[in-house]
Amino acid sequence: MISLAHYLIVGAALFCLSVAGIFINRKNVIVLLMCIELMLLAVNLNFIAFSHFNQDVAGQVFVFFILTVAAAESAIGLAILVVLFRNRASINVEDIGTMRG
Amino acid sequence: MLQQILFYAFSALVIAAGAMVITVRNPVYAALSLVVAFFGSAGLWMMLEAEFLAIALVLVYVGAVMVLFLFVVMMLDINIAVLREGFARYVPVAVVFAVLMMVSITLVVGPRHFALEFVAAPPPADPDYNNTQALGRALFSQYLLPFEAAAVVLLVAIIAAIALTLRHTRQTKAPKPERQVQVQRNDRLRIVKMDAEKNT
Repeated sequence: MISLAHYLIVGAALFCLSVAGIFINRKNVIVLLMCIELMLLAVNLNFIAFSHFNQDVAGQVFVFFILTVAAAESAIGLAILVVLFRNRASINVEDIGTMRG
Repeated sequence: MLQQILFYAFSALVIAAGAMVITVRNPVYAALSLVVAFFGSAGLWMMLEAEFLAIALVLVYVGAVMVLFLFVVMMLDINIAVLREGFARYVPVAVVFAVLMMVSITLVVGPRHFALEFVAAPPPADPDYNNTQALGRALFSQYLLPFEAAAVVLLVAIIAAIALTLRHTRQTKAPKPERQVQVQRNDRLRIVKMDAEKNT
């Protein structure tokens, strides 16, 4: 049988992968946004696993809200990215520092 | 047995797709791998009897958010080579960090605390149990206020995204008074010195 630990470890592996992705893709804002999406996915997996094993629907409600916030976050992040690209013609993270003021 | 096969297949799919997202060169392939990762987790969520969220993940994420990602990736003309520099330099740090984190998280959430002896598997749901109904009941009674706040968050996101990316193209030909007032003599008049020409 599949225990709760199995699901939690899959979530942990996904989370660690996305943290590693933030480290190695630290210049590419698009991949950074995708890594954040992966991270939220890992957290959602944990929530749903606990919700199932505790027989409580509240965890799924939380996942619902996290999905909402993540969708809003990626929409605004991509909008900022488009504006950045229009102004700087690059999406390198190091060019964002020149936007101060 | 079938459950175990499905679990390991979906987990392998999710983790392989996650690894692809962070390592592939082309952001388009990264976005497509992320789609695969979403499908794999939808399968895992389906196994955890969260049917509504599994379908919502596929519809909302694969159908809307990832299309938005792909749209932006393809719209921007990105120089990948510049973005990849330093990739090899950060890989060892990332691997060390990820392994350390993985080990420490596994120590906490691993089988030592969450094996089946400690957290028993719940019985399979009734045939007439409706996950969507249960979730809707919780959302529209106990969590009504957060639900409406989520709607406001989405509205703010829509307005912010439009306000950020709106380009002010002037459709009308009306003159701008503020620029007319500020006009200088040098903007309109240019005096050119030139020799008088001889008539041949």
